[in-house]
Amino acid sequence: MEAAVFVLSLVDCCALIFLAVYFVITLSDLECDYINARACCSKLNRWVVPELVGQALSTVLMLVSLHWFVFLLNLPVAAWNMYRVWKVPMGNMGVFDPTEIHNRGQLKSHMKESMIKLGFHLLCFFIYLYSMILALIND
Amino acid sequence: MSSTHFSSQNGAGGPPYANGPSQNPVALQPPGPGYMAHQTPYNPMQGKGPMPPGPGLYNSGPYQPIPPVSSNQALPVQPMLNRPPMGHPHSMTPPQSASPGPGSRMPPAHATPPPVSANNYQHAPAPAWQYGGTPPMGAPPSMGAPPPMAMPPFRPVGNHMTSSPSLATPQASLAEYSAAPPVFHNATQPLGPPTTLQGYTQQGSAPLPMNPMAAPHSYQPGMRAPYGGPPPSVRPTPPTTGPPMGNANPPLGPKTDGHMPTPGNGAQVPNSFDHLEMGPTMAGPVPPQQPGPPTRHMGLSYPSLPPGYQNTSAPPNTATMHHPMQPSTQPYSHAPQPYQQPSAGPAQLSPSLAGLSLQSQTPESLRVVNLLQERNLLPPGPVTPPTPCLPQDLQKINCHPEVFRSTLTSIPQTQSLLNKAKLPLGLLLHPFKDLSQLPVVTSSTIVRCRSCRTYINPFVSFLDQRRWKCNLCYRVNDVPEEFMYNPVSRSYGEPHKRPEVQNATIEFIAPSEYMLRPPQPAVYLFVLDVSHNAVETGYLDVVCQSLLENINALPGDSRTKIGFITFDSTIHFYNLQEGLSQPQMLIVSDIDDIFLPTPDSLLVNLNECKELVQDLLKSLPQMFGKTMETQCALGPALQAAFKLLSATGGRVSIFQTQLPSLGVGALKSREDPNQRASAKDIQHLSPATDFYKKLALDCSGQQVAVDLFLLSSQYCDLASLGCISRYSAGSVYYYPSYHQQHNPAGVECFQKDLKRYLTRKIGFEAVMRIRCSKGLSIHTFHGNFFVRSTDLLSLPNVNPDAGFAVQMSIEENLVDMQSVSFQAALLYTSSKGERRIRVHTMCLPVVNSLSDIFAGADVQAITGLLASMAVDRSVTASLSDARDAMTNASIDSLTSFRTSVLTIQQPGLLAPACLRLFPLYILALLKQKAFRTGTSTRLDDRVFAMCQLKYQPLAYVMLMIHPALYRVDDLTDEGSLNVSERIVPQPRVQQLSVEKLSRDGAFLMDAGSVIYLWIGRNCNPNFLTQVLGVPDYAAVPPNMNMLPELDTAESQRTRAFVGWLREQRPFFPILHVIRDESPLKASFLQNMVEDRTESALSYYEFLLHVQQQVSK
Repeated sequence: MEAAVFVLSLVDCCALIFLAVYFVITLSDLECDYINARACCSKLNRWVVPELVGQALSTVLMLVSLHWFVFLLNLPVAAWNMYRVWKVPMGNMGVFDPTEIHNRGQLKSHMKESMIKLGFHLLCFFIYLYSMILALIND
Repeated sequence: MSSTHFSSQNGAGGPPYANGPSQNPVALQPPGPGYMAHQTPYNPMQGKGPMPPGPGLYNSGPYQPIPPVSSNQALPVQPMLNRPPMGHPHSMTPPQSASPGPGSRMPPAHATPPPVSANNYQHAPAPAWQYGGTPPMGAPPSMGAPPPMAMPPFRPVGNHMTSSPSLATPQASLAEYSAAPPVFHNATQPLGPPTTLQGYTQQGSAPLPMNPMAAPHSYQPGMRAPYGGPPPSVRPTPPTTGPPMGNANPPLGPKTDGHMPTPGNGAQVPNSFDHLEMGPTMAGPVPPQQPGPPTRHMGLSYPSLPPGYQNTSAPPNTATMHHPMQPSTQPYSHAPQPYQQPSAGPAQLSPSLAGLSLQSQTPESLRVVNLLQERNLLPPGPVTPPTPCLPQDLQKINCHPEVFRSTLTSIPQTQSLLNKAKLPLGLLLHPFKDLSQLPVVTSSTIVRCRSCRTYINPFVSFLDQRRWKCNLCYRVNDVPEEFMYNPVSRSYGEPHKRPEVQNATIEFIAPSEYMLRPPQPAVYLFVLDVSHNAVETGYLDVVCQSLLENINALPGDSRTKIGFITFDSTIHFYNLQEGLSQPQMLIVSDIDDIFLPTPDSLLVNLNECKELVQDLLKSLPQMFGKTMETQCALGPALQAAFKLLSATGGRVSIFQTQLPSLGVGALKSREDPNQRASAKDIQHLSPATDFYKKLALDCSGQQVAVDLFLLSSQYCDLASLGCISRYSAGSVYYYPSYHQQHNPAGVECFQKDLKRYLTRKIGFEAVMRIRCSKGLSIHTFHGNFFVRSTDLLSLPNVNPDAGFAVQMSIEENLVDMQSVSFQAALLYTSSKGERRIRVHTMCLPVVNSLSDIFAGADVQAITGLLASMAVDRSVTASLSDARDAMTNASIDSLTSFRTSVLTIQQPGLLAPACLRLFPLYILALLKQKAFRTGTSTRLDDRVFAMCQLKYQPLAYVMLMIHPALYRVDDLTDEGSLNVSERIVPQPRVQQLSVEKLSRDGAFLMDAGSVIYLWIGRNCNPNFLTQVLGVPDYAAVPPNMNMLPELDTAESQRTRAFVGWLREQRPFFPILHVIRDESPLKASFLQNMVEDRTESALSYYEFLLHVQQQVSK
């Protein structure tokens, strides 16, 4: 049972890592002017909700399997994701708005955020991997 | 004290306004190899040029779901019963309907049922957004792909080299110029209406309107022939006896010398160019006509002239006149003299010289002023921008501050120094300003830096004859062979004398590399609200009448197209196809699925169908006279307009009178009038829906700009509607309480604005790129446009009344540099179908001490930029946050001045002389409509004021913020200006305080878009009778909006003064004559920013507050 939970988390975490890499790549494409702001934002906005769901899934999995430490590690990130979507102003086209992404250093802060998430997911990946192996051995 | 700051003031700060976000430095770098794989050219202007929106590219996106057939059955339309016939109103036939109704003149093809016609637009669902920047696969084959990067930017020898021998033959100069292939001419910009701001000309010089009809033509034989008459702007050589360019003794008046035959004489050829290049001002500067004090002389680049913003006596390029390098008497030698070039780049800036000029300037701008003691801080005339401390020869040719202005005229060396100064760093631009003269260059190659694509400009340095060093990225480039030839002097080997290197503002006629599709024609689409509410206001009459009057003055050529859409709860199209006897109205009632009934006859050639258009305009106001329809479907009408124009691009003008209530984009009223004054914080400053923003971005991609005219009496949610113009680079006009009968002043204002709007210059499918020296980067943009990439603004239309602002940060230390440069390049298609590039370059010194930074602070520019930042802040955070941030901006900068610059601490609130008006301006901003609290302000008024702060050029913004008050009952001719044979008195600017008003006087307040004339109760009876034409105070009519034309000296003076104020701006300020009882008195008094109101501090109290914070 425990092993199954971690396998699932591991898969989820892989998906999140891929997503974070995708965010970083797309944002740096925009930074280097390879794609235009609108294409970039519509690409990224599409993945904002899946990311949120993925993160929430791993948080919930940790909760139901009563791994408190990992749960508390995941919780702030999941909360931040929800807050971000919640705070989008009505007139904006999503978390990433093409008309504002070049203003007020938004691009840079989005980039920073994606990088931090990437690091976090990598950390989680190894935690899950370790816990999974541990669980398999214990079985 | 609140801790809210704009973070550019408080250093590292939070994310919003952060000074140091890295904008993409890569944009300035040569494209890496990976880049090429992605995108064909990295040619900053051309690579991103407009993409031809072929029909195949059209992505109907979410707006055009294919209607289910059943819905189409519902589609056929009510047969317009109560509307006067006008052709046959055609409803669209549903697919099932067997045949179009009898009498239908519609060709069968046009009767295509909606799904079919819709199909035209649905082939290419894939690319959601076609920009020039997208991979070339997206490009339709018909349109030449942009030239690859590898294309040699400099062609070998230009054709003019070969033809140059013939130029030496003596000819009459006119012929000579038309024979010269590389054309440098002094095109007079289309002057537009007389209200044109006369940027570079002297107010008083008569030659200014020398050829009002002259569009910027070059004189290549056979090339411009279709567009222009005889080239009027050629300035043939006056017979040269003295120094040919000496402005002191031009032999002829400007008007006559245009027709002077030139003695054919090779030696004079260069001179004739100088006249050409210098334009009207130069050609005939007649000393007696020069107004103003004798201290003004032509050599001064930006002299501090009292009157107005446009009053510089010398255009930047006049500098050439005094150019030591152009010895006036000697025939031009062919010997290269590259090292004498005075306009050497930064490398040759002599530090000692810079230091010298700095010291001579320091005392005045850094003179310490105790604000609490010195009451009268306003200069008698307008506030003049500071002059950057550059060596004089560079400063002479620097860009005009009206066009390009920096908040700090001395750029700090490092970001930390900037943070210490607590002043925002940014640029304010007015790139498409009407210039009365502008050098235009036609040349087959445009010389640009190979790595950063900067256009060659006066601030580059020539290392030797063959190489120049870019002043932005410092790359050494070759001078192309063609550039070696100087058509000015007809000599070879003087690249530094080319006009490109002599003028900081120049326009190029772009060759075909700068086009991604053939230049689009001028296309105008008018979308008119005809619901009951709209008809009630009676605006239709005014619009139709103005259009009828100005239909021939619409900028354009033989390809100009025009179209009309009206809407209430349905959308009405007008078939104006040539050959019809009268316009045909086509009604589409299915607003959920808009389609174009006859796609190719709704937008017609203006010249071919002018009569039909005129018929329509004459009948339109009556057509809807009895309409009872109150709903209004703005969203669908906009979608229809977008569809109609997406193939060509162009301009959509929307006239809207109420909150859109039907279809997509319908809005709900969000304002609670009772909360206006009491609300602690203002809600609803941001849009309610993203529909308008999305549509604006679609429009921007297809080169369609949307201008919004909002004429309403109730809440219209400008915050949402305004997005349509904001992101498509349109403009917003707002006429609150517009009504034909009840508000005649509003009607007049609307009429004048409309006339200016219809006839002003326009540039289509434009992009603007702002480049700056390595180490600096732009991090925030303000204005109406879409930021397509880090430094590229997409402007489907550009108009001469639009201003822009950017905030900058210093990414790398500028230690080794003496100066930095900024270049704004605007690539656009003129209304004549020419692709043109207007380039402005500004050079500023770099300094490393705080006192130098303060010495170079430009208080107006800082205020303008802070206002834009505060607008952003109030939308993203809250209004109170923005207000605090503005207050803190002034506190922080004065604190910094006190602690870091002042050596002797004195009591009081100390400010450098250049910033002495800063607290006043901040206080004025806090009391401005956009930011004030505690006073009842309608939400739309507030949002409109915010829009204006963001996209108006600085000169008008300053009047909005801090109006000018003059006493006018005792006007005298003392110190007056002479403007085109009128004497314009120049009264002193008064402080905005009621204490300055006196009951026995009359005061004029110029608030930018409105002028108030306040009459005191005991006003001098002489003024009443001689100027107002009324016997006594009681007889002043309550709604007086104009001054009677009386034949008295007083009346003439006053009218001359008001007229002169109005001429300085492109829009028409309404004059309100107010008495004590007038309802408008309240808005007059609200502009008295130095006084205390119930909810706001007086100036003195504000200063005390600032002082308290500063000395903490």
